[in-house]
Amino acid sequence: MPAGASDFAVCIFPGELKVVELILLLLFVIFGAVIAVQIRSLLSAVVAFGVVGFALCVIFFILRAPDVAIAQLIVEVLVLVLLIRATGVRRDLTEYRGGLLEIFAVSSVLVFVLVFGIFTLWALHHIPDFGEPLMTVSRSYIEQGLQKTGAANIVASVLFDFRGYDTLGEATVLFTAVIGALAVLRVKGRKKVDERDDSNS
Amino acid sequence: MTVIVKIIVRFISAMIMLFGAYLVLHGHLTPGGGFAGGVILASGFVLLTLAYGKEMVLKKLSFTAASIMESLGALLFLMIAVAGFIGGYFFLNVLPKGEPFKLLSAGIIPLCNISIGLKVSGALFLVFVVLSSMSVKGKRGK
Repeated sequence: MPAGASDFAVCIFPGELKVVELILLLLFVIFGAVIAVQIRSLLSAVVAFGVVGFALCVIFFILRAPDVAIAQLIVEVLVLVLLIRATGVRRDLTEYRGGLLEIFAVSSVLVFVLVFGIFTLWALHHIPDFGEPLMTVSRSYIEQGLQKTGAANIVASVLFDFRGYDTLGEATVLFTAVIGALAVLRVKGRKKVDERDDSNS
Repeated sequence: MTVIVKIIVRFISAMIMLFGAYLVLHGHLTPGGGFAGGVILASGFVLLTLAYGKEMVLKKLSFTAASIMESLGALLFLMIAVAGFIGGYFFLNVLPKGEPFKLLSAGIIPLCNISIGLKVSGALFLVFVVLSSMSVKGKRGK
């Protein structure tokens, strides 16, 4: 077994998997998400969203996935800066819509949470235990990753060699998203050119 | 921004970009990789934008250069994938594997990391510039 990615996290969190801390952090994430949705001020919602992201980063470290944790941390910081800078947080949504509609919305949400919770608990009996995956496909990746690809970081060998096709799809998704954002938010419009064409013709 | 922020950003941003380049180049050896390193490179430019303003940063990395970087990264990644047809199939590791735990090893994986890092850093910098220029109402100056 090569000294790969997981040793980095093991030296930070020695010992066995910490399930109690994991559950506490997950509850923290859920509370942060609910606050981010429910709070009226836009800036406070962005901050609560950041809390969710950083708690997720700590969860990934506890689960010994430093690659995912690094990506999560950096993307979270960048997205926070982007949201605070770009959304224009001067306007607060301080108005409160009370009344019958609110009561109906909350009660229907509670009913759906109950229904989905029951079905989720029913389905969770059939998945393998936590921390003991089936390892039908990934076992060969872990055992032969170093010999087949020569990459010491097993995450890189899966991302760019075994599952390179998925990474290509992800890169295409990012490319398309950026092109779409640039097309929608472009600084220079086409309108002037069209008007000139109209006046010429 | 104040003088303190500007002076500190001048030192910090170079180190941030160095760390991003390190993560991209050592993606096949240590945790990190092309995506995380690319985001760190983009966030170095974002920090410069926040401290010094958009005009100064666009002089260093212009809009056209960033979009060329992004397209070049995507095209390079696709070309690496197609180059696998030399040996047989899509995404085949055609280059020699080398010795493990060395910088020049693992065949095409460092090249993939570099192309993904180029692509992600250019893309996120472009998105940040576009979104931050949108927020100023009325004065959408180039």
